[in-house]
Amino acid sequence: MSLLSLQDLAVTLRGREVFSGITLNIHAQEVVGLIGPNGAGKTSLMRAALGLIPSGGKSSLAGLTPQQRAKAVAWMPQAREIAWPVRVEDLVALGRLPHGDHAPAPVEAAITKMGLEGLRKRRSTNLSGGEQARALLARALAQETPLLMADEPTAGLDPAHQIATMEVFGALAAEGHGVLLSLHDIGLAARHCTRLVLLAGGRLLADGRPEEVLTDDLLARGFGITAYHAQTPDGPVFQPMHRAR
Amino acid sequence: MTRALALLLPLVLVLAALSLSLGPADVTLPESLRALFLGGDGPLPMVMREIRLPRVLLALMIGGTLGLAGAAMQGYLRNPLAEPGLLGVSASAALGAVLAIQTGLSAAFAMALPLSALAGAVVAVLILVVLAGPRAETLTLILAGVALSAVAGALTQLVLNLSPNPFAASEIVFWMMGSLADRSVLHVWLALPFMALGVLLLAGVGRGLDALTLGEDAAASMGIDLSRLRLRVVLGTACVVGAGTAVAGAIGFVGLVVPHLLRGSVGGRPGPLLWVSAAGGAAMLLAADIAVRVVAPDRDLKLGVLTALVGAPFFLHLVWRSRGERA
Repeated sequence: MSLLSLQDLAVTLRGREVFSGITLNIHAQEVVGLIGPNGAGKTSLMRAALGLIPSGGKSSLAGLTPQQRAKAVAWMPQAREIAWPVRVEDLVALGRLPHGDHAPAPVEAAITKMGLEGLRKRRSTNLSGGEQARALLARALAQETPLLMADEPTAGLDPAHQIATMEVFGALAAEGHGVLLSLHDIGLAARHCTRLVLLAGGRLLADGRPEEVLTDDLLARGFGITAYHAQTPDGPVFQPMHRAR
Repeated sequence: MTRALALLLPLVLVLAALSLSLGPADVTLPESLRALFLGGDGPLPMVMREIRLPRVLLALMIGGTLGLAGAAMQGYLRNPLAEPGLLGVSASAALGAVLAIQTGLSAAFAMALPLSALAGAVVAVLILVVLAGPRAETLTLILAGVALSAVAGALTQLVLNLSPNPFAASEIVFWMMGSLADRSVLHVWLALPFMALGVLLLAGVGRGLDALTLGEDAAASMGIDLSRLRLRVVLGTACVVGAGTAVAGAIGFVGLVVPHLLRGSVGGRPGPLLWVSAAGGAAMLLAADIAVRVVAPDRDLKLGVLTALVGAPFFLHLVWRSRGERA
């Protein structure tokens, strides 16, 4: 089942075309990694898909009312903004806002899933960056939407937290959710995503399994780099090595 | 109901009763309440109903709405330094009032001053809505408010500068200090519809403010219509601040300090803070209005002077504390 369907999506910001002609479907049980160099428009693509910025073409989510959309997709912007010193459990409970209920079960489940039991009474503004990221992800989980979209969810996290975060997305997909992430860490993307979408030069350059997208040719064209890659029993390993000449 | 609200509401009632019993006519609290509700012979029922009751009602209404609007502004702008006066509406209302004094209109009929102040507030709101319309960013709204405040402030200074005699100038200066003395039931009726509309608008913003804790993008993705939220906050704040300034002059620091003081009691959540802050604002203004009468009964100490006198050091304390947190 398609949870997000983009047709010929195009975004122009301040007179500059960021990208155009993006056609993409996200299904249940997928973890899709959106990769591409800085300025390729990964964030704009996700915000346009959500209907948060004007765009050309079609997005299945942008056509919904804001209330319907909030029940169809949970969105985690890159900026981990927490304006007030709210308790962690109150922060997670904000995920129930679109449902207009205070159902404790999804909030408790999200707190448990993100290992926040010991932090629940703490002020979220006093947490470390990694703990805040976990609390904000728990908020998105409490929203109980079929699709989860996150912009750079692993940015600024240490390796253990990066892996733990990616494993949460994997577990969500296994439960039947769909996940769309923008990622800068190609190694992490290769290891944990079921599918990668490469955005570069205002075009969708490639869309497929990690080993289909992370080819020497596409890496050179998309990122301007060469990479070391190998197959291991645990899956593919990618390590960017040099700038392509 | 939160615990803070359960504590504040009785406090407001006690302060209101205390304020009712306070005045040059020396009567006990039971006597004054009996005269207020049951009437009777002599001048006391009239004193209660025409002089003391309007004063208490205005303190309740203005303090409560300033607390509410302050919490709404801080929640919307996600900034603990925001306050209702930031929009420039109070400065514009003051300009309207000052013009009424200067032109002699206020001497011609009593309600000219508050009406003229309300007109100033309405003009300010129109300018604000045009400048910071549905597509504008939050920063535009703040800048528009700052610009409006500056223009209204400069024009007020100009009126003072050009005032024909020192009496007009001193009347203007004293009015601008803010006071609830000698207000009538008519003032209550004048402010009430605007305040009711403002409270109605601000009553619906709690959910949106809670969502905004996570930033504008996250809030929008959770189904919050941000431009509608902004319109409600701006218009609601403008209504209550415009009406409050029109009938009582400029009363500062309540809308800034009260939300700060009570934020901890609701676990930092901006939605529940709205009502707690409203109760806190009412309590603070009632207490301040009692204080001006008790501290200097025959010196006509102005309410706005006292709230600023108490508020500013408190503000310094906040600055001091936040400096410690950052270190």
